[in-house]
Amino acid sequence: MTDTTNTEPTTPPHSQWYDVWHQFKAHKGAMLGGIVFLIIVFGVFLGPLLWPYDATYIDIRSRNQGPSLAHPFGTDQLGRDLLARMMAGGQTSIAVGLTAMLLALSLGSFVGIVAGFFKKLDGPLMRLTDLFLALPILPLLLVMMMLFREPLSSAVGPERGIFILIVVAIGITSWMPTARIVRGDVLALKEREFVLAARSIGTSNKNMITRHILPNVLSPIMVSATLGIANAIITESALSFLGLGFPPDFPTWGRLLNDAVQYLQDYPERVFWPGLGISLTVLSVNYLGDGLRDALDPRIRGR
Amino acid sequence: MLTFTIRRLILAIPTLLFISLVIFLLLELAPGDPMAQVPLTVPPEVKEKMRLALGLGEPGYIRFYKWLVQFFWVEPQILFDHMFGTTFAEGKLRIISWQHRGPVMDVVVERLPQTLWVVGLSYIVGIMIALPIGIYSAYKQYSMFDQAGTFITMIGYSIPPFFTGPLVIVLFSVNLGWFPFIYDTTHEVVDWDSFVYQLRQMIMPVMVLALQTTAQISRYMRASMLDNLNQDYVRTARAKGLSEKVVVLVHVLRNSMIPVVTVIALGLPAIFGGAIITEQVFSVNGIGAQLIGAIQANDLPTVQTLTFMFAFLIVFFNLIADVLYGVLDPRIRYD
Repeated sequence: MTDTTNTEPTTPPHSQWYDVWHQFKAHKGAMLGGIVFLIIVFGVFLGPLLWPYDATYIDIRSRNQGPSLAHPFGTDQLGRDLLARMMAGGQTSIAVGLTAMLLALSLGSFVGIVAGFFKKLDGPLMRLTDLFLALPILPLLLVMMMLFREPLSSAVGPERGIFILIVVAIGITSWMPTARIVRGDVLALKEREFVLAARSIGTSNKNMITRHILPNVLSPIMVSATLGIANAIITESALSFLGLGFPPDFPTWGRLLNDAVQYLQDYPERVFWPGLGISLTVLSVNYLGDGLRDALDPRIRGR
Repeated sequence: MLTFTIRRLILAIPTLLFISLVIFLLLELAPGDPMAQVPLTVPPEVKEKMRLALGLGEPGYIRFYKWLVQFFWVEPQILFDHMFGTTFAEGKLRIISWQHRGPVMDVVVERLPQTLWVVGLSYIVGIMIALPIGIYSAYKQYSMFDQAGTFITMIGYSIPPFFTGPLVIVLFSVNLGWFPFIYDTTHEVVDWDSFVYQLRQMIMPVMVLALQTTAQISRYMRASMLDNLNQDYVRTARAKGLSEKVVVLVHVLRNSMIPVVTVIALGLPAIFGGAIITEQVFSVNGIGAQLIGAIQANDLPTVQTLTFMFAFLIVFFNLIADVLYGVLDPRIRYD
């Protein structure tokens, strides 16, 4: 006896995140960007374990060497291995990018959700956002670096002090776009029926935000996260490049670029690697964000 | 529209005041002491007098008020006197730089032309390149040209000017030797040869800055064209037998330019910010370089004035963008 009326669905039901992943896979640029970004992150954090040279090891006899088997990227004016310095610099740059992004993202999401959810706070918070958007970011960052560099360095040590300073400075000057996007989405969500339903069964404001609003604004937040990383890495490199970032002997990609520019006439090839590091990371993260935006948009998904 | 413009103008005043206060308070926290370089042999009471002479003795709010008066009242008077030969500002105290003990504005006026030339020209070049690219890639959406345009735009976004700068220097100055390595700010244009030299030294900074502008504006142009190309009025225009050229370049383009014009206005202050880095790369002696120099020398009045000028530019161009949007697009009515 055979059962011809098979009511089982042919494919098992899958979650929303499966759909997102499916759409994301189809975006070639985003996949490539994601893979390149992962390679850079792993290379930069795991590479130093395999590479014999230390980023700060000075070997004055082998200074200013071109690329060779022992030093694939060459050595700098003090004989330090440039591959090791690139990896150490990448660690700092990516760490700054991620941390500053997280800070800006949490600030922006907080302001956006609060402004969208509580009508009374909407006006003041959005005026504040507008004011922050009118601030000249790069000059202000430079001023902040100048002012707080010394006190923070003496309080928690030069490297950690500058790290905190850069992360905080980038974080509090780049949360505004996220706040605006999140607020717009929250305002739209508030009119939906499920929010009304949740409200009618007596959901408190806190639960309302954490259970119903936050999961639904996750996609714009994730997209701004990728843009935030790119923005933070570029800003940190710009500050280091202008000589107002990390201390001179502490490698970051921007700092290495700055060092290389000083020897531009004699060793022009040194400019290439740190610049490529910055550009490739930012490019891959931007493509990642592009794909994520498409994958998380339910209107595009499934097509 | 007029009421809206006036309301925006009035709203800009507290914004500017707030920004100047933020900048002032930030600098107020500065641990740097302008007396740090004075020799230790100078007795403390003399040092105190020197501080007073720099205007540091008074409480913060009085100094903030004085700075406001100097910036918004005295300096415009100086400008007015300079233009019409009047003597309104005679004997009034100006914003004095701690670095070279002269009025800050004199240095700004000296250096502004360098920045304006490089920044302004690169912005115009960038727009001139961006608009055709945006129009064509929207018209041929998903074609090879469009894909290539998207890729180049991504690169323009991702490669910062402090990398493209050294890159073009290596390529065009070190390897090919076409253009001079360093921007010579003392160069004067007197005849054809010096004009050519000026042109040659400007090409690289303009190129670097224009790449960013092009990337941004061509994207907006493309998106805006795509929005309009599928509209009903385009079909109507084609149906009544207008040539494709007229449909795209007159009907669609004019409507698509509305948001793009505002984006162009909004992007101008950001370009000034970007010029800080480009000036550093090419050693252009503009106001960006002045700001960096003042920051390194702990010259607070200059830093405050310059930072505020950047803020003023942003607020001003935001205002222009808002008003332009309303004027160009009759559907947008703020009041």
